[in-house]
Amino acid sequence: MKVLVPVKRVLDYNVKPRVKADGTGVDLANVKMSMNPFDEIAVEEAIRLKEKGAATEIVVVSIGEQKAQETLRTALAMGADRAILIVAEDKVEPLGVAKLLAKVAEAEAPGLIILGKQAIDDDNNQTGQMLGALLGWGQGTFASKVEVAGEQVDVTREVDGGLETVKLKLPAIVTTDLRLNEPRYASLPNIMKAKSKPLDQKTPADYGVDVAPRLTVVSVTEPAKRQAGVKVADVDELVGKLKALGVAK
Amino acid sequence: MSVLVWVEHDNNSVKDATLAAVTAGTRLGDVVALVAGQGAQGAADAAAKIAGVSKVLLADDAAYGHALAENVAPLVADLMAGYDAFVAPATTTGKNIAPRVAALLDVMQISEVLSVESADTFTRPIYAGNAIATVKSADAKKVLTVRGTAFEKAATEGGSASVEAVSGKGDSGLSSFVGAEIAKSERPELTSAKVIVSGGRALGSSEQFHGLIDPLADKLGAAVGASRAAVDAGYAPNDYQVGQTGKIVAPEVYVAIGISGAIQHLAGMKDSKTIIAINKDEDAPIFQVADLGLVGDLFKIVPELTEKL
Repeated sequence: MKVLVPVKRVLDYNVKPRVKADGTGVDLANVKMSMNPFDEIAVEEAIRLKEKGAATEIVVVSIGEQKAQETLRTALAMGADRAILIVAEDKVEPLGVAKLLAKVAEAEAPGLIILGKQAIDDDNNQTGQMLGALLGWGQGTFASKVEVAGEQVDVTREVDGGLETVKLKLPAIVTTDLRLNEPRYASLPNIMKAKSKPLDQKTPADYGVDVAPRLTVVSVTEPAKRQAGVKVADVDELVGKLKALGVAK
Repeated sequence: MSVLVWVEHDNNSVKDATLAAVTAGTRLGDVVALVAGQGAQGAADAAAKIAGVSKVLLADDAAYGHALAENVAPLVADLMAGYDAFVAPATTTGKNIAPRVAALLDVMQISEVLSVESADTFTRPIYAGNAIATVKSADAKKVLTVRGTAFEKAATEGGSASVEAVSGKGDSGLSSFVGAEIAKSERPELTSAKVIVSGGRALGSSEQFHGLIDPLADKLGAAVGASRAAVDAGYAPNDYQVGQTGKIVAPEVYVAIGISGAIQHLAGMKDSKTIIAINKDEDAPIFQVADLGLVGDLFKIVPELTEKL
């Protein structure tokens, strides 16, 4: 079974986002960029399926600017087999990404597509579900456990009240939640080896997909800041304040 | 504009997140509520009483029993022929279903809407709430998920909508429900609690977490939350997690105990009305957002506080 893993290059999760003064977005010039953390978990899960013998080949795909090659090389260094970069200099929305991925899936015929549940830049949480709709496949979103058995996959999902398990017919879509696994670091020899793994370049036009955005970003602003309050000296003062708030008798 | 709102329910009653979605829906137009489920007449009757709901559609079928996205998304997409917007609460159920509906309609969804600026313009958080984007949709139909804490809850009484049965294609054959482990608790639900007591990694162990946090929460009639660090360390179950990767809450009073205040945690609770922080590090970022802070050893402070309340 082939596993397809889409990955996105985003602002590193340790970097504090700064809103641009002109209100057009978040400043991405000269800041550290990394693979979306949920996508790293997706790559890791695919590698573990391969190590268990449930997967035979891992294809990673990214849609973005040329620099997304670095993100793909990271995935290759972790253990993916080959990569596809669909070059798009402008931002592509989840709907456009899902349409491109559906075309890639038609060409590659994977048994599973594992994606991050959301990218930590736009926080949309849409692409996997949209891809499921476009392909007519089942979806196991927010996965904390994935078990492939024959022509089916059991996915345990993190839902609001706890956990839920669904059984999906393969091929299927899985989107990852944080506790699915802990991604490995690529070793130096594997980073070197990744440089010679195949990386194909395509464009949205190659797939005949219109990726024109449907949403216009009118403005991006900083959220309202909270003011720091006062410090209380001891528990008695805190009890007094809680009583004043009406939460304690 | 006619708006179809997804009702999250447990077959007998309507979950709170739905009430915020109804309010968001009324900002756009006339709200029709969709109850999909198996044996969900009770939920449909409850939805009919919500103020602002003009009609309830009940799709009662075994295939819709566990709100499997593969089965309910086509139902919603077909119904959307008669509506201009689909609004779902940004719960794990809403987030699972709405994008699948959007793709079937060839619409770009707007996630976690914070405000309705006009019929086609909305605000939403990006970068874990570190920035707020105002976006305008060019799609003919809108698909939104709305953040429950950003909208007033519609009143659960006062409406008198009719309930109309609808049906869809039923089981897609793509997925089935195997089981669920849903935590049972006597305490209020995190996302609708008036008071929340949350613990962080400084609690040190699961025993100390429950030994200190639970009695204080019981005294205050509060729900119990946790930071991601505490959840990752195994001190608290994942459904306690408050933050960008957990639940977004906005109670009247939020008590953060032994929580440093990482950006990802602040993103989940910074809209709380009053934030109280107890932490031994006086430079902890949590104090920058706290209305009331107490610096000191939580292992001394929390038992004393619980006793004195």
